[in-house]
Amino acid sequence: MAKYIVKRFLMMIATIFIISTLTFFLMHSLPGSPFDEERTSNPTIQANLEKFYKLDQPIGVQYVYYLKSIVTFDFGPSIKKPNDTVNNLLARGFPISFELGIITMLVAVVSGIILGTFAALRHNGIIDYFAMAFAVVGISVPNFVLATLLIQQVAVNWELLPTATWSSPLHMILPTLALATGPTAIIARLTRASMLEVLTQDYIKMARAKGLSPVRIVVRHALRNALMPVVTIMGTMLAGILTGTFVIEQIFAIPGMGKYFVESINNRDYPVIMGSTVFYSAFLVFMLFLVDMVYGFLDPRIKLHKKEGEV
Amino acid sequence: MILTKQQVLNTNKAIVTEKVLTVEDLHVSFTTFGGEVQALRGVTFDLYKGETLAIVGESGCGKSVTANTIMGLIPQPPGKIKNGKVLFKEKNLVKMSKSRLRKVQGVDISMIFQDPMTALNPTLQIGEQLTEGLRTHQKLSKAAAYTKAIEMLNMVGIPNPKERMKQYPHQFSGGMRQRIVIAIALICEPELLIADEPTTALDVTIQAQILELFIEIQKKMGVSIILITHDLGVVAKIADRIAVMYAGKIIETGDKREIFYTPQHPYTKGLLNSVPRLDLLEEELQPIEGTPPDLFSPPKGCPFTDRCPFAMEVCGEVYPESTERSKTHVVDCWLQDERSKLFS
Repeated sequence: MAKYIVKRFLMMIATIFIISTLTFFLMHSLPGSPFDEERTSNPTIQANLEKFYKLDQPIGVQYVYYLKSIVTFDFGPSIKKPNDTVNNLLARGFPISFELGIITMLVAVVSGIILGTFAALRHNGIIDYFAMAFAVVGISVPNFVLATLLIQQVAVNWELLPTATWSSPLHMILPTLALATGPTAIIARLTRASMLEVLTQDYIKMARAKGLSPVRIVVRHALRNALMPVVTIMGTMLAGILTGTFVIEQIFAIPGMGKYFVESINNRDYPVIMGSTVFYSAFLVFMLFLVDMVYGFLDPRIKLHKKEGEV
Repeated sequence: MILTKQQVLNTNKAIVTEKVLTVEDLHVSFTTFGGEVQALRGVTFDLYKGETLAIVGESGCGKSVTANTIMGLIPQPPGKIKNGKVLFKEKNLVKMSKSRLRKVQGVDISMIFQDPMTALNPTLQIGEQLTEGLRTHQKLSKAAAYTKAIEMLNMVGIPNPKERMKQYPHQFSGGMRQRIVIAIALICEPELLIADEPTTALDVTIQAQILELFIEIQKKMGVSIILITHDLGVVAKIADRIAVMYAGKIIETGDKREIFYTPQHPYTKGLLNSVPRLDLLEEELQPIEGTPPDLFSPPKGCPFTDRCPFAMEVCGEVYPESTERSKTHVVDCWLQDERSKLFS
């Protein structure tokens, strides 16, 4: 087990290194610089600025500095917001994005699995049709459309919930709904499909022949086997949602990480781009690692390590 | 009370003739895109205590549907039990509510499935799969169920049962898994065991071991067995009585000797002739020509007419009455009719 984790950890580092290197050279190969818009600044100031951010150095040297900043996880100050370090931005934005993401994910996983399971159990019944209609709508309606509709109806017309910001549990409902609908629909579809397949398996028939209760058959015998594909997409989904979803954060004026990320790309704010990329990829890789661990837990046939005396 | 020898014999006889299960005129259909498939078209048989009844026939003749109907495992829809009774202890299983049926399934009637590689849940420990039936039906404590499970594993010949309880199905070989499936089926001590092709998915040496196990279990537990198979070798080894199925009907029943030595129905004869025999190396195997009838629109007469070398005009028109050749030997064939002798 320990050996496996160490191996995975080394691979994680290699992955992060490749991703960050690619990002660095891609960003620098784009035309433009952080100071393009500031036409008023005179050449001396610009030169000083470039010197401060080491942009005057050759790209190879910059790359070495960049690698150093990754290792120390200190990306220095943002170019556009000189009073903020990148670390500060991440420390401020990530917890909020994380909170939104965790709530969204919980809602999506729980409701998606329940919906998908019932749809499969009532295959071609009313619940099934309803769930699949919901899934099609949920997958195809973009979350920003849903978000604006929700604000218009629930917050403005009915005045039930606040329109925006992230300050109380009530404020969290609309962004969560808007963000969770898509993932819920995807999870429901996946759960239904794999549940339908599992329900035709011999071991389910055998469980029936044992005279077990339908609840036990579904929960204990079927669900665990049906959840494998769901777990697979959950890793990437989780990383994507937890690290901030730009559009939803923008619409609901939530000060999360997604906002900084997109702004920094538009502004060529190199430290912020690099910082958030490294952070994001580290997080994603870690989630994938978690998923692999969950596999081993769900399905004993997937071995994470070799035990002694096994056939 | 001391019994005389005669009385002992009488009681033994009474036990032997006690009916465990009666299947009466069972009709089961499945609705498909192509129409209604009449899988069972009037299946009738009795099963006595402690005996092994083999149901034989080629693929698609309704053997497994019979087993699943008795077990209450026909999915409805698309399946539909159109007519008939399955009487177990004077209760009709066909009309029973699902929740009452669950008290029979796994307790009084158990089933062994064809493929041990897929019949066990890959994500649950063997121990849990063994004990869950006990814990559901007999409300045993965890410890009591555990002890009972170890006992069963010992009985079916799994070494190191204590360690094995914690393992998962993929850590067992095919033969071992089938032993576990058998242990699971027997753990609540059922009166009736339905074995649906229990040896088909195993290789030959393992087959023999599993068959030995069946014989041993029946001796120990006195369970009645319905054995579904198309392997006449298996039948010869463990069956007491044989029912031959063809196109959703039982066309001939008899005890093992009657069926093997004096088969009456041309289909039964054909079936026996198509089995390779070591003692008759010279002879060529004789396959039965043709294919079974389409069960979307089964023929009104004897379904074997088109393939039967002795077919008469009446065969295609009217289904023959049952003829009792002995108390145990019953056959549905027009050749049994006195008038057919005129043609031969």
